[in-house]
Amino acid sequence: MRVTRDIDIAEECVQDAYAQALVAWPAQGVPNKPGAWLTAVARRKALDLLRRDAVLRRRLPLLVSDDVEAAPEITDEIPDDRLRLICTCCHPALAPDAQVALTLRLLCGLSTAEVARAFLVSEPTMAARITRAKKKIAAAGIPYRVPTASELPARVDAVLAVVHLVFTTGHTAPAGEDLVRADLTGRALDLARMLYLLVPGNPDVTGLLALILLTDARRNTRVDEAGALVLLADQDRTRWDRGEIDEGIALAREALRSRPPSRYALQAAIAAVHDEAPTWESTDWNELVALYGVLARMWHSPVVALNRAVAIGFARGPAAGLAALDALGDEPLLAGYGYLPAARADLLHRLGRDDEARTAYEEALLLTENGVERQFLAGRLAALTE
Amino acid sequence: MSQYLILIYDDETAWANADEAAVGRIHEGHGKFGANNEGVIAGGNALQATSTATCVRPDGSGGFTVTDGPFAETKEALGGYYLVEAADLDEAIALAKQVPVLNGSLEVRPIMVFE
Repeated sequence: MRVTRDIDIAEECVQDAYAQALVAWPAQGVPNKPGAWLTAVARRKALDLLRRDAVLRRRLPLLVSDDVEAAPEITDEIPDDRLRLICTCCHPALAPDAQVALTLRLLCGLSTAEVARAFLVSEPTMAARITRAKKKIAAAGIPYRVPTASELPARVDAVLAVVHLVFTTGHTAPAGEDLVRADLTGRALDLARMLYLLVPGNPDVTGLLALILLTDARRNTRVDEAGALVLLADQDRTRWDRGEIDEGIALAREALRSRPPSRYALQAAIAAVHDEAPTWESTDWNELVALYGVLARMWHSPVVALNRAVAIGFARGPAAGLAALDALGDEPLLAGYGYLPAARADLLHRLGRDDEARTAYEEALLLTENGVERQFLAGRLAALTE
Repeated sequence: MSQYLILIYDDETAWANADEAAVGRIHEGHGKFGANNEGVIAGGNALQATSTATCVRPDGSGGFTVTDGPFAETKEALGGYYLVEAADLDEAIALAKQVPVLNGSLEVRPIMVFE
């Protein structure tokens, strides 16, 4: 990215590098540092393109930043290039949906059609969104550079938010017939691993990588053979990915060492409590209530408060859970959030208040657009009506 | 170096009701902004309130309609601007963060360059 000051050329070169990798790797084997290799190839391509194009050659002083002579050298500063690129893609001056789209396009090498499919919009809509973002990068002068040490924390936050969004979008697709979109969860995991190498020792980065691993470890058990939703309570825990869990727990421990613990580290710790319980019955709900409590104090998200209420429902019984949930009833940010009435319905059912539970399930259905989740809620509702 | 316009949008009602100390703090803030960034400020002005604005609109048949008032009635109105030199948007944003506002926000717009 530092070599080409024009994001279109950069994009083309990244695509070319991926294409070249597809040809070269099966023939020559995967290089030791695939990321570095890709960037090196992309850089060579960029220089080729810049030299070839006569119009660009005239504008070379504008397109190639300061050091034209030094640029062709392929050195170990390659990770910086990736950090530059992701910081540009996730610049807060870009709209959040554009940040995600650019990251998937330029860092993960997804085609515009693939990015469009991931976010359930038409290809022309996504193409327009990406074009608008690239125009803003060029016209407003959004820089390609690693932020300064003082800027880095805020910028890393923005990057992590994008990676987390890519993961959650893949983990439970907002709409459509599939619950999990493994293409997106896999990309998010790759990005989190990349950031862990690029920004070492950052507890937020470490925490997010841990969180993604500990959540992704359960990917194979969340739906049954027929594609129906399987609750955490009913999942076959022997099929969870032990490798990811062990790696995730080690990273979560590393992240939790910093005080106060980062948001992602706490979320990872919560995921770890579930992953470590051999059965649903042996889940340490008191630990979860405590962790959600700490999380709620540092991150005022009504969704965290909702999860805490659910945990209270298991730790201290459904009546206590319902009381905690009802305290959230008029939270405007939760209006339209399908998990609130769904959690309420379950608590009401466990209290034997099935009429109210039915109403709550109906409300949850109105607010849920993922096909697998809808099917689950409809099944629960039908069971109460019988 | 590129040029950016930092547009200062502030709450005119808040300005009208502000006490002397608050107004003093804003003026002092502008003084500090100017002193700290002498080399990169290419221009800047404060504007009179939108109650003094006049709209001039071509009527499409060679004439003009002239009316009292600003282009748009909004809670936060354009009250001033700085023209600054910055290497990139991050530098321009860093400058904008130093511009004091009472109860408003700053808009950073790159100046178009015609080649």
